[in-house]
Formats: sequence, C-alpha cells, structure tokens
Amino acid sequence: MREAGTSEGFDASRRAFLLKGAAVGGALVIGVGTGHGAAADAGVARDGGAGITQWVVVEPDDTVTVRIARSELGQGSFTGLAQLVCEELECDWRNVRAEYADVNEHMRRDCLWGSMVTGGSRSIRESQEMLRKAGAAARQMLVAAAAARWGVPPVECGASQGVITHAASGRTLTFGAVAAEAARREIPGQVALKGPKDWRLIGSPVPRFDIPDKTTGRQIYAADVRLPGLLHASIVQVPVFGGRLKSADVSAVSGTRGVRKVVVGDDFVAVVADNWWRANRAVRALPVEWDAGEHAAVTSDAIRARLRTGLDAADVPVARRDGEAEAVLASAPMVLEAEYHAPYLAHATLEPQTATALWQDGHLQVWVGTQNGEASIRAAAEEAGLPLERVNVHKLHAGGGFGRRGAHQDYTRQAVRLAMELPGTPVRLQWSREEDIRHDRYRPVESVRLRGALDEAGNWIAWQVRQAEQSILASVRPAAVRGGIDPVGVRAFADNPYDVPNFTNTYAMHDSHVPPGFWRAVAHTHNPYFRECFIDELCRLAGRDPVEFRRPLLAKSPKDLAVLEAAAKAVGWNDAAPEGVHRGIAVADAYGSFTAAAVELSVREERIVDVRRVVVALDCGHVVNPDAVIAQVEGGVAWALGMAMHEEITIRAGHVEQSNFTDYPVLRMHEMTARVEALLVPSGGFWGGVGEPPLAAVPAALCNALFAATGRRVRSLPLKRHGFSFA
Amino acid sequence: MLEMTVNGRPVALDVEPEMPLLWVLRDELGLTGSKYGCGIGVCGACTVHVDGAAVRACVLPASEVAGRSVTTIEALAADDLHPIQKAWIALQVPQCGYCQSGMIMSVAALLASTPQPSDDQIDEALGNICRCGTYVRVRRAIHALAAESKK
Ligand code: FES
Ligand code: FES
Repeated sequence: MREAGTSEGFDASRRAFLLKGAAVGGALVIGVGTGHGAAADAGVARDGGAGITQWVVVEPDDTVTVRIARSELGQGSFTGLAQLVCEELECDWRNVRAEYADVNEHMRRDCLWGSMVTGGSRSIRESQEMLRKAGAAARQMLVAAAAARWGVPPVECGASQGVITHAASGRTLTFGAVAAEAARREIPGQVALKGPKDWRLIGSPVPRFDIPDKTTGRQIYAADVRLPGLLHASIVQVPVFGGRLKSADVSAVSGTRGVRKVVVGDDFVAVVADNWWRANRAVRALPVEWDAGEHAAVTSDAIRARLRTGLDAADVPVARRDGEAEAVLASAPMVLEAEYHAPYLAHATLEPQTATALWQDGHLQVWVGTQNGEASIRAAAEEAGLPLERVNVHKLHAGGGFGRRGAHQDYTRQAVRLAMELPGTPVRLQWSREEDIRHDRYRPVESVRLRGALDEAGNWIAWQVRQAEQSILASVRPAAVRGGIDPVGVRAFADNPYDVPNFTNTYAMHDSHVPPGFWRAVAHTHNPYFRECFIDELCRLAGRDPVEFRRPLLAKSPKDLAVLEAAAKAVGWNDAAPEGVHRGIAVADAYGSFTAAAVELSVREERIVDVRRVVVALDCGHVVNPDAVIAQVEGGVAWALGMAMHEEITIRAGHVEQSNFTDYPVLRMHEMTARVEALLVPSGGFWGGVGEPPLAAVPAALCNALFAATGRRVRSLPLKRHGFSFA
Repeated sequence: MLEMTVNGRPVALDVEPEMPLLWVLRDELGLTGSKYGCGIGVCGACTVHVDGAAVRACVLPASEVAGRSVTTIEALAADDLHPIQKAWIALQVPQCGYCQSGMIMSVAALLASTPQPSDDQIDEALGNICRCGTYVRVRRAIHALAAESKK
C-alpha cells in the first residue's frame, strides 16, 4: 500500500491569512518544536482542554487525548500511535483517549501532524520518533509548569502515572492541575528519550481503543453518517474503463418514489434519493447508453499475451545486474527455467467505497473513511473548485482499506460532485458492491520468467529474472518511475537478500486501460511467491533441503536467515512431518520487516487442500502492541490464503467480469481451519511495518507445501484455476 | 402501513413492500449497526434476528417481516454488554469491524440453539465474510463462550 502522499504542494503562502482565521475550539494554543509545521504556534487546544504540543490535550480531570494523524483501518494504529506518545508522556494509560487530528488545520498549518498517509505499513515506523519526542516534550512542559508553581528547579521533579512529584518536599500535582500552565510554556528544543529497556507501554498488549464500539454497532463508518436532511446516492459508472456516457433517459426514473435528483456525468449516472435502496434501484433501472471507447475489445488473454511479448523483448531496462548471469547460465551444468503469472486482484473492502459531502454557506465538508487525509481533502477541493481552507474532511474509521482508500479518491470526488448540485443538503454516496468490484484500482497483472543455474555440487551460481508487469506508479505517481522501471514493481527481486554472485533483473512495463492500485503488500503479494517457489524448484533440482539450501545464501542477510530458522524450528522442519502432512517454507522481507512462513497441509483426492498449520515468524524490530501484531499476522494469513486460492479479476470486452462475492470469492470461515502460529521474534534496533509483511511469505510456503504433497508445481494463481479447493 | 416490532418497539412504516429490511432499519429507522456488504445475501454483514432466527436483512422484503419481531445489534444486549460482546472485547476480535455486527448476530443465533458448537457447526453457521480475516479469533471466542456456558 505504499503510495504518493507526502504533503508537498500545499500553498504555504496562504498560511498567514489562514492562521488568522483559524478558529480552534479552546483557548490555549502554544508552540512546539516536535513534528513538522509552524513551530511557534503548534499547540492545538480544545474546549476545556489544554493543547500541550499539537499531539496532546490534557483536561483538568486528567483525561489525556492523543491526536492521531494516520487512519484506523482495523490494524490498531489509533492505539499503537497513542502508546508511543504516552510511553514518554508518563501519564496514566487508563485516562488516555485518541482522536483524529483535524485535516483542515493540518493543511492550513503546513502539515502540522507530519503525514496522514496510512499505507505501506508505515504508520508506526515513520512516526515513532516524532511521537515519542512529542510525548517527552509534553511531559517536560508539564513538569516545568509544576516546578514553577512550587518555585523549585524542574530537575528536582519527576512524572509518573500522570502525577508530578517533587521528591525533596513530597509535593505532588496531577497533569490536569498544571495543564493550562504547561500549555503556555516554551516547547523544549531537545528532549531525551527512554531506552527500550525502560519501556512499559511499548511492548504491552493494551486493548485497542476502537474495539468496544465495533462490537455494539456504535462505530460510525462513512456508510453510517447521518446528518439532518441527509440524502442517499448510488452510482453506475461506465463499465469499460476510459469509456463515456452517450445518453441517459433521466425521465424514466425521475418520478420514482423518493428520487430527488439524477446527476449525469461524463462517465457515470447517479441517483440521489431519500433512501439508499430507492437510489440504487432507480440508478440500476435508468436506461443508459455507453460509448465504450477504444478498449471495448480488451480481454485478460490479450493483456497476458502482451506481457508475454515483454518476457521475450530485447533491450528492456535493467533493475539490477551483479556479475555475468547470462554467461554463467549459458555454460552451467544445471539450468532451470520457469514462467510464473499472477492476475489482477480487487480490494473488496467489506465497506464499499462511501463518502458523504455537504456544501453549505461557501464551505464544503466531507465525511470519509480514508487512508490518506491529504489526498481526500485535495481531491474534494479540486472537485469543488475551492481553496483548501474552505474544505474540511472528517476522517472516520474505515471498513477496510488495504490500499483502496489512499491515493485513489474517486468516490470522494463523486460525493462532492453530487453535494455541489444540492447546496445545503448532505449527500451520502455509497457504491453498490457491484460498482466496488468493477471500479476498483486493481493489484496489477504480472508475468515473470526466471532462469537459474546450479554448479555440479548443486550450488546456486546465477539467476535471471525478467518481469513483465503493469506498473502502479506509472499510473499513480509517474514521476517516481525511473528509466522505465517501477521501483515498487521490482521489489523482492531487485532488493532480494540472496548472495548469488551472478544476477540480472530486467523489467518490461506493459500498461493497460485497467486502472492499477496499491493492494495490501503490493509487489510483495506476488514477487515473493514467484521467487520463493522458484528457489524451491532449484532445491528440488539440486536435491537439497530448502532451508539448508538457503542458509549460506542468506549469510549476509542475517535477519532474513534468523526468521527462516525460527519458522523452520517452530514447524519442526528437521523432524518428519505427521503421516500425510506435507510442508513448505519461504522467506521474505517487506516494509522494513523480516518474515518467513512454514505451512503444513494435507491433500485429499489430489485437489482438496487441508491447511493444518501456518507458522509466520516476524521480526519487526520493536513491537509496540504484540496482540495487535499477532492479529495482523492472523489476518495476513487469511488474506494470503484467500488470495492464493480464490482471487482473480478477469477482463472481457474491456470490462471487469466479476461483480460480487459470488464471482469474486474471498476466504471464508470454513476455509480458515489452520492453526495460525504468530512467532514474534523482534531483534530490536529498528521499527518495521506490520500490516503487510506477515502475508508476504505465505503464498509461496503454501504452494511449496502443495508441491511436496502432490508433485504439482503451481506457477500461476489462483489455485482454483488448477482444480484445487480448500477442505 | 407496515407494522413490526424492532428492538422491542412497535413501528409502523410507509414503505414499499419489497424494500429489504436492511434499508428499513438503516435509512428509515436510523439503525446503522447492521451493514451493507453485498446486497445479495452472501456476506452476512446485514445479519439481524427475526423472531430469534438469524436472517440476511438485505434480501428479506419488509412485507415478510410484517407482524414479526426484529432484533438488531443495537439491542442484542439487554443491558450493558452481551456475553458475546464481552468475549469479542476480551479476545480483541474485530479489526476494521465492519463485518462484526453481522458476525456477532450470527454467533448469537448459533449459540442460542447450539451452546457448545463443534468446529463444523461453527463453519456451517458462519457464512459471514470477514475481509480482515478475523476468523481465527471468531472461532476462539466462540469456543471460549461455549466453555463458559458449560460451567
Ligand atoms: S449485505 Fe446482506 S448478506 Fe451481504
Ligand atoms: S473485521 Fe474487517 S471485515 Fe471483519
């Protein structure tokens, strides 16, 4: 889910004017040097609470609210990011709450909260230092305020559990008692941070803040926004990407019960009604004629055939070259060649794309589940033709993200478009599931050809990888494409950890009209599958054990080797598997973390796969919330198993053939019978991602186990295409 | 006028008889705890109880609910929290949470009829989709509830 989304581009020249007009709820606004943005006036207060740095609000009753810049998608960022701040703040965790930082204020004040981008498993790893410093700065300000009241030097005072103590005199004050004074103090320019051995909150499995409301139906998602006078909208977009609307017979539905407005766009029709079912029924009944455009004949087979030309093309860019792979392959005693392929995939967040917008009194407000607050507000402002200061985005916890709700804000734009046509009326646009599947930004297709060479002793001495794929960045952030290479697309190959003297990675980009996007783990959904299965093939050719074969090749990548060894040990790799049980193993590093997976499975009737056990070893450096990390491993395993078995988007006559969970099945309860063992092996000293890495090695471990069980090497996904199903 | 009982309260509605119960609940009555995920009875996000049985509200016409009693996630607990909700919190089951209203309503119906379900019975009863993949914890929480009820 890595994506564009730094905060450059905001017009800083407007800032002076904007700050004057900044109406902040409370009164106590002070400055802070932590984080980004305007250093002199950064504290953000709230009614009744003192803003101590822009991150922390302390109320007189000692309630601490931590501002969260990233989004809660179910991965636990609301809690984990607050843990980082509070580790240094030394407050009482029982008094802590979290809330989203205001998007409009963030933009007006030069990205006051750093970045709101929630993708690429980066929330913790990219903001941990800033947040720990913010907590430390706020604590110092509170301590200094207490010390000033007592007339003692701050160094004689300490803070713990939300209480400041002057040891010599035994006097104490709570954070709440001095919050207002603390907020008026100078922000310390420098703060000292605790070392890992002193951490108490970091590493603690505290319950997530967002969970209680998610069990009672009280959690408000974008789909659940209810405002006075709210209307509901459903949309139908041109089925063939790039097509246009030719005509729509609006009169056919305009008298229908509850229908308030029909909006006809260049490539969509939308109906706004007093009830979503009425809107959806009307929009589906509306007679439309599309101009499918130039892509009306494109099929998946045609796209794959073009990728094949990429596999054969001469003169394609080189992403990495070590030694002389070609020459070594030409004369090696043992050479293996294999082609692999992976299809388009849809995100299928369980909450379909949804946004609510209200255009009133010259201001636009949007309520949306987003992975990228900056992208949402920019898209809304651009669609409305408004300056950013007249727009605000209210972030809501998203019903799944997985990369769909980041850089791509198509649904936000559409909701804004509808709201602008109905001034004063909030409009809630919810895509039908059918639109959601047919108008996604898809995990792109890729074909690869791998060639590997072994010497007489079975040592791996050379390999070549030719990738032919559709690039995400060429579509989403073209400036990031370098010399014809998508740097995200070559991950797991160009940066592979294996110490093989001769290696060439070439890359042929073949774009299509199907819009590509970041999908949970992005290139690490398929590249490690190709790589680790191919290595398993090499092991078979060499007659070597897959763990023993990799060991010397990973000697220079000790963290990769360590997780591989950990997974092997946990699964009992060196001992015989139980009767009828077969094993596969794979390793991958992704998003700053290191992971290996071992799978145990049985196969009945040569096609019914019973996955018994999935071990995932994960080294993410420091673990902030171990229970949340384990949940990400469990979810990642389910995600990977479903992807490998079921998921495939196909194109016919230029459009996506699938439309709902019937023809785009995802993993179900009865298929998740495996014991999932999350083996956290944090080695410390770094902060790796967690939302995506745990799934990276699973598909390869699964397919390697499948080979062990059946002798069938599956070189394309999904497995259902090869006749397999889960038990 | 269509009459039914929703969460213990009688309601009278002027809606099309074919309007699915889900939209009666969400858009006419403002009960947004039940979710739309697929609209075709496949994902279970919309699961509610009608006369105590778990049903997919997105494909159940309002006319078929006339005179019957509907319970949604908002009224699952008689007071503070239902034991299932407590177990869900204790085992930290939800991720994004969007499926969980329906998941919990399905589990409530299952445990009401089968207090100690086997894994097969769980699989049978829970066709609910969780895109976040919380299945492992859902199963664990059901077994924990079953063990609790044995005591
Ligand atoms: S929304 Fe009713 S089953 Fe999916
Ligand atoms: S928790 Fe996200 S769909 Fe189940």
